[in-house]
Parts: sequence; structure tokens; C-alpha cells
Amino acid sequence: MSGSNGAVKTPMFEIENLHAEIDGKEILKGVNLVVNEGEIHALMGPNGSGKSTLAYVIAGDPRYEVTEGSIRFQGEDILEWSPDERARKGLFLAFQYPTVIPGVSMANFLRMAVTNVRNARADEAEAEGGTAQRITPREFRRLMREKMALLKMDDAFATRYLNEGFSGGEKKRAEILQMALLEPRMAVLDETDSGLDIDALKVVSEGVNNLSGPEVGMLLITHYQRLLNFIKPDFVHIMTGGRVIESGGPELAHELEARGYEGLRSRVAEASVS
Amino acid sequence: MVAAPQIDIGEYQYGFRDEEDYVFKSGRGLTRATVEEISAMKNEPDWMRDFRLKALDHFQKRPMPNWGADLSGMDFDDIFYYIRPTEKQGKTWEEVPEYIKNTFEKLGIPEAERKFLAGVGAQYESEVIYHSLREDLEKQGVLFLDMDSGLREHPELVKKYFGTIIPYNDNKFAALNSAVWSGGSFIYVPPGVRIDVPLQAYFRINAENMGQFERTLIIVDKDAYVHYVEGCTAPTYTTNSLHSAVVEIVVLEGGRCRYTTIQNWSKNVYNLVTKRAAAYKNATMEWVDGNLGSKVTMKYPAVWLMEEGARGEILSVAFASDGQHQDAGGKVVHVAPRTSSQIISKSISKGTGRSSYRGLVKVYKGAEDVRSNVVCDALLLDETSKTDTYPYIEVEEERASIGHEATVSKVAEEQIFYLMSRGLSEDEAMSMIVNGFIEPIAKELPLEYAVELNRLIQLEMEGSVG
Repeated sequence: MSGSNGAVKTPMFEIENLHAEIDGKEILKGVNLVVNEGEIHALMGPNGSGKSTLAYVIAGDPRYEVTEGSIRFQGEDILEWSPDERARKGLFLAFQYPTVIPGVSMANFLRMAVTNVRNARADEAEAEGGTAQRITPREFRRLMREKMALLKMDDAFATRYLNEGFSGGEKKRAEILQMALLEPRMAVLDETDSGLDIDALKVVSEGVNNLSGPEVGMLLITHYQRLLNFIKPDFVHIMTGGRVIESGGPELAHELEARGYEGLRSRVAEASVS
Repeated sequence: MVAAPQIDIGEYQYGFRDEEDYVFKSGRGLTRATVEEISAMKNEPDWMRDFRLKALDHFQKRPMPNWGADLSGMDFDDIFYYIRPTEKQGKTWEEVPEYIKNTFEKLGIPEAERKFLAGVGAQYESEVIYHSLREDLEKQGVLFLDMDSGLREHPELVKKYFGTIIPYNDNKFAALNSAVWSGGSFIYVPPGVRIDVPLQAYFRINAENMGQFERTLIIVDKDAYVHYVEGCTAPTYTTNSLHSAVVEIVVLEGGRCRYTTIQNWSKNVYNLVTKRAAAYKNATMEWVDGNLGSKVTMKYPAVWLMEEGARGEILSVAFASDGQHQDAGGKVVHVAPRTSSQIISKSISKGTGRSSYRGLVKVYKGAEDVRSNVVCDALLLDETSKTDTYPYIEVEEERASIGHEATVSKVAEEQIFYLMSRGLSEDEAMSMIVNGFIEPIAKELPLEYAVELNRLIQLEMEGSVG
């Protein structure tokens, strides 16, 4: 993993003592988490543990108020950034429940999103003295078709209205398509596996595996071990009650499967007493 | 950092004005002498002069309508009723006075004409200063003239239909138009002629306190087809201007007429327009009505379904921004059996803007097996904007199938967040949601106009949030 040469290195993505509330109710109660380049992390936990809230807070959902702590991305504090700034900087959230936008075709939406994010990246590269390619409409269409084919999506999908009348599986595929086109540096996937049959799960996992690489960090939020048969995490974290209570390697997910959250929780409680 | 595109926040793009250099400008206010002078200058036949005077009489007697938008800011004595900018009409843009030509260049009309139109009429103040029609259409007997030339060159045809669809005493503003009308389009499409690309008229007000009263008459003969498009803009003044048009359309057996409006008057214009079509056996009339500009608009395009099999469709989009009231909708009157109609209205309100849907579906006794469907959707962009709905349904026949649904929605915060999480700014997210909302109507427009409509909405949306 990173830091193997022993030098102190700034983590790519670092959440520190994060507290957040909605309507005055505290949901996140001091979350700590570090994701480095090339790492895939799985975050597991029971319903209501705060997993989705964490995902929303990372993306900048204005409904949540961060009361304490920080989120740093590539060394910068992102909490003051608007959601679109975060996206342009390379953060991505695959929503558990993507919103319907009637009348807006996938293609139009994707073109605008991809143009904004890619051009922002090009601006940044140029500001640093480099050069970068701005995406042309032709290049965009080619790219969209290519990624849709990878996700086994019909061409007609591009003309459908965003998430309108999509089946559960189609919604998840559409989220992965967006991720594939936006090429984030840090992707959070919120229960992308839920509601998928096994074939869809394979396709979606393949999409995720295609994106993952030495420069990309990923946080998979999931309920079940099942997804982790297709996407191999480097680290697994268990979240309950608004905190990450335990972190470990892939074996932790198996242990969870065997013992359940209650079993894990009691072990953690014992450990903290001793 | 990312540079935001530099667009003037909320500024009306067509608010520029030309210096006045006119051949004739009437005094302010309206008298019998004004009307007689207009008629004399145009060398009109007696019947038309008498029609004007009867209409003036009715206008003066008729009270202001008080059932719709607030018209208390209208001062009829302050308006200039007739302005002739130039002596002659151009058949090429070179023949049009330089400054007027420049104005239409800025509005993109000659360019659009070269690219995708079969004919163009351009009205500046009270007169049509430019007119063209593709040669092959002229040879097929299509007439596309300004209304004054139509009256001079085809008096019989004009006399047969003029004022028959909308009589001079229909309402106060139809009466006003009938008294002082000038310009507008006269179109005749002979039997079986189908005009493949649109004819366009463009209306420009330039002078302060101008009243523009164009009059349009379209006759679509048997099995013929025409798509007519009108656009309109004006300079921004602090005082009010008035645009009060009358549009009459006759669609004969098997014919089809589509009439598309992109109204983008500056926000000091009262836009009080009467539009009505009569559709005969198996004929189709379609109004596509986009209202973005003006201070107050009252406009309810109507279709009278006169004979069996006739079909009427009204698609209406209104955008009411700060200080605007868009009182728009549509009327369908089923006179004959087995006629069908559809009204789809979409309105967007923002800031202190207000949009009202006002519509009528009427089915006369004996008009059996009529089908009609009305859908009106309102979108509110914030807490301050307003919308209301006045759907009137009068059905005298039992065997009629009438549907009506209305929705009011707000832009959901989660929609904005979702789009922003994909790199769209808040303004861009809002525009995208609004454009999606009107998509069912935008997709009915020719591509160029759909793009224009989206662009205009984008401009209206600039700075609407945050």
C-alpha cells in the first residue's frame, strides 16, 4: 500500500472526527477514515448506522450540517466547497436513490456533467503549466457509447429521461455510467449493490473494477458481503451508531457474515474495556 | 479556479434601441381623426374605414376587462398608435434603411432566413419593412404578404374572411386592434400545397410608448399545410408600451396549420392579444405559444372545431420572472361531433413573477363523441413566486370525454443537489430542471426555435439562485 517507502505522506482522502447532524439530530458522531490512492475500502454497518449520511456529507448535501471535524481531499479541506466544486475536483458519489429529472435526457445531462468536470480538470492542469485535452462533442459521444457498451446498456438509454421509469438495476447502472465518464479520483458508492440481481451485480462490479486503479480511491458502502465477492476490498470498516468501530482487512467482512453486527459490537465493547 | 461564464445577470438581451428617424408618427392618444388618418394614409376601401370606425366606437364604450391580469398601469392616452418608419417595403435587405437592417441583423433574422425559412416578414413599429417568399412557393400560388398589401392586392379574399373569426366587438383589445391595425401577415396557401419549412414574421417595437397593432389573417385551403412562426422583441423603457394583435386563421377541409410564437417582449410591454382559428372538416390547428417576455400578457389562443373530424391542439409555455404576470392558456370550442382537442400548458414562475393558466373547453349540444384533454403543470422556482389556475369546462353534450389534470410543483432541493454532485453549478442545475420541465413542448418546436427557447430560459435563470 502507499507509504511503503516509509516516508510520511499526506493521505489522498482523510476524514477526521467528523460530526454531522440533520434537523438538529446528530447522525455522525466522530467518524475517522483514511483512503489512499489505489485502495478500495468497504464500509459496512446495519441500517441507521450513518453510512448513507457519511456518503451525503462527503458529496456536500446541504441538508446536513457538519458540526465538528474535517474532510480533506488531496490535502485540501473540502467542507466549504459546494457539491459541484467537489465533483470538479474529482469526488464522486453513486447515489443509493438517484433522483428523477423529468425531461432531461441522459445524453444531455451526461454531456454537461462530463464537459464541466473535464474542462475544470483541464483548467487546473493549464493553471499548473501543463496542457490538457478539452472534450469535444464528438469525443464525448464516442466515450459515452464506449462506456455504455461496457455496462451492457442499450443505445436507446441515452435518449431516456434521467432516472425516469428506470428499474432498480438501470438506476444503478446509470450511476456507474456517470462514474465511468467522470473518472473521479475518489468514488463513494452508496449501496450500489442493493436491489440488483446477480447478473446486474456482475456488470456493475465490472464497471467499478474497470475504474479502480493505482490513482483512484474507492469507498464501497454496502450492507452485504455479497458485493465483496466481486469487488475485492483492501480494507473493511464496520460502522455503527455514527462511528467506525472497527477496521481490518477483507477477513473482517467474513467475520461479520459469521457473527453479525451484534457479535462484532460486543467484541469491540469488550476490547475497549480491557 | 474555474472561471464562471460572463453573462449579464438577468439582463434582457434585446433591450437596445435605435434613434427615431420616421416618415410619420401620430400624436399620442387615440381619436376618430387618428383612425381616419391611418385609413387615409393607407388608401383603404370604404368598408375597411367603416370597420375601423365601428371598432373604435366599441373600444371606447367597452369597459376594461377586470377578470384577468392587472391592467391599471395602462394609459391609452400616452400611446403612439401609428408610426411609419419608412416609405417603402424592401424585397431585399439592401432596400431596408441601414439602421433598421442592422437591428434585424442583431436579432438574427436575415441569417435565419438564409438557413431555414421559406419566407420572412419583418415589422418595425407599425409597418412591415421587409418581405420575402421563396420563389417556388410564389409560383405555386402561395401568398405571403403584409396585411396592408393583402388588402390592396387581394381585396375579395380579405373581405371574405377579415373580422369573421374575431369580430371587432369580440373584446376591448380586439376592438382596439380593429380600429388602428397596421401591418401583420396575410397568408393564403392554395389547395394541396404543403410548405415544408416555416414562414416567419418578426415584430419589433422601437419607439417609447409605442402601440403595435398588427393584424394577421391566414387561410389554409383544402389539404394544405403551413407552419408560421412569429417572434417579437422591444427595447427596454421605464414607461409602458402596448402590443395588441389580432390573429385570425381559417383551416379548410383536411388542411393543417401550425402557429408558433416565441414572445420575448421587454418587461415594459403590455401584451394583450386575441388569437383564434376555425378548423373545418378533418382539419388540424395547432398553436404553440411561448411567452417569456412582457410585463403583462393576456393571451388564450383558441380553436373552434367547426366540422367533424377537426382537431385542435394548444401547447403553451409561460415563464414569469420578477414583475411579470403571464396570464395565458387556451380555448377550445367543440361545435361539431367527433372533434378532438388537447391543451398542454406549462408555466414557470420565479421571484415576484406570477403565471396563471386560464382555459376553456366548451362542447356544444349535439357535438357528440368529442374528446378533449387538458394538462396544466406549474413549476415554482422559489418561495415568492405564484401560480394559479382557472380552468373552465362547459359541456352541453353527455357523450363527451373530457380530461383535466393540473399539477403544481417546486424544484426539489434533492434534484439540485443531485445535478450539482455531477459538476453542474446551481444555476446550471436549475436551468436543466426547467428545460426538462418544458421539454414536452420544446420537442414540438423546430430545432432552431427549441434551441432559442432553451437559451432564453437559460438567460432568465442566470443569477436566479444563490
